[in-house]
Amino acid sequence: MSDAKPKVAFYWCSSCGGCEESIVDLAEDILKVVAAVDIVFWPVALDFKKKDVEAMPDKSIAVTFINGAVRLSEQEEMVKLLRRKSGLIVAHGSCAHLGGIPGLGNFWNKETIFRRAYHTTPSTDNRDGVVPLEKSVVDGKELSLPAFFDTVLSLNQVIDVDYYLPGCAPPRDLILNAVTAILEGKLPPKGAVLSPNKSVCDDCERNETKPEKMTIKVIKRPWEALLDPKTCFLAQGVICMGPATRTGCGERCIEANMPCRGCFGPTDQVFDQGAKFLSALGSIIETSDEKEIEKIVDTIVDPAGTFYRFSLPTSILRRRKMEAIR
Amino acid sequence: MSQEQFEPKVVGFLCTWCSYTGADLAGTARMTYAPNVRVIRVMCSGRVDPQFVLKAFQKGADGVFISGCHPGDCHYQDGNTKTLRRHRLLSRVLEQYGIERERFRLEWVSASEGAKFRKVCDEFTEQIRALGPLNFNGNGGQPHERR
Repeated sequence: MSDAKPKVAFYWCSSCGGCEESIVDLAEDILKVVAAVDIVFWPVALDFKKKDVEAMPDKSIAVTFINGAVRLSEQEEMVKLLRRKSGLIVAHGSCAHLGGIPGLGNFWNKETIFRRAYHTTPSTDNRDGVVPLEKSVVDGKELSLPAFFDTVLSLNQVIDVDYYLPGCAPPRDLILNAVTAILEGKLPPKGAVLSPNKSVCDDCERNETKPEKMTIKVIKRPWEALLDPKTCFLAQGVICMGPATRTGCGERCIEANMPCRGCFGPTDQVFDQGAKFLSALGSIIETSDEKEIEKIVDTIVDPAGTFYRFSLPTSILRRRKMEAIR
Repeated sequence: MSQEQFEPKVVGFLCTWCSYTGADLAGTARMTYAPNVRVIRVMCSGRVDPQFVLKAFQKGADGVFISGCHPGDCHYQDGNTKTLRRHRLLSRVLEQYGIERERFRLEWVSASEGAKFRKVCDEFTEQIRALGPLNFNGNGGQPHERR
């Protein structure tokens, strides 16, 4: 290992592992990356420990890619440590960027999530009612587990983040562009989301099929309709988050005949992706009759969960009011 | 905060053509009404981005109302019907955030309805007073006072 090579680290917090997979999916290109850098910490693939990171000088890691939301005290501790040791922090993927799917836990709290996970799911067999405790004593020895937060946090709500790689998971070309830009020192302004600042509809091939005056009378879920593979989803009455979502993803879902779910988050001009989509949807419902509007609106099964599927922790309100949870 | 001391903070978005003029009429007619409403004048009720409503709640509003021209009277033809649809959508989303539907109201007040504007302010303020403070803490009780 030569000291001249920049050091790179990868870490995961509250995530599914898909973002780690997105790095492995660089395939042969990962060899170019490995040739250009030293990977000094990557728990999913390499056997380095926390103490190894602690032993590194501050700012000695050129860039650390962190995926996953922050849900546990351990994750908070690790990302703060990595922030201290790293020159640049990249939030890798929707969960680190926006809170992501784990962020939907913000409609609940620790108590209700534990009740569901350890007591009431049909598959749970927990007759003794055992739940994880932060401190427990086994054979006279005290064991500890990380604290579980009531609220899921995005990475930038815990540490300073330099760049964001959006997506669930980020596509290969965006990762490679980001790595190349960092290695060549051609960096955009701090805080940039490393994907074009326009909406999915701007790049969507189905845009041409959009009627001049778009209207929706019946809102369908994707499985309720035989979807035409060429026509705009909204024109077919299916909720597609495209208008309120940043592009750069390559429209992988749309090519597979599934509507956009919003994993890239909003563009720079928008604070709250869900509210912005709600606004767009409100414009195209095809009736001005109060009762009919209410009937159509009531057919959306889980509006907040649909509009904020990936972005609840970074929305304006960030979570359900604690006192309203039972 | 005890219920007697609680003065609801209410934000009212009024369209300039009908409701703001109606509020002006209430003023020039020297009507007295609940002073709890903070008026924000917009060109059309359809200009009220749902983000504005969420931001108002986040910044400490206990209630938010939007007031526009009566259906059919919109200066921009159908801005107010868009507002109606967004209001119904956003009310459902607010419930999922744990914010009662009663805290977010939509009213139609025309330029000649000063008395109705007074009634809306009084009624809505009392409704919010009965509900109590919203006390929305988007941090969920976590020690993460950021942003």
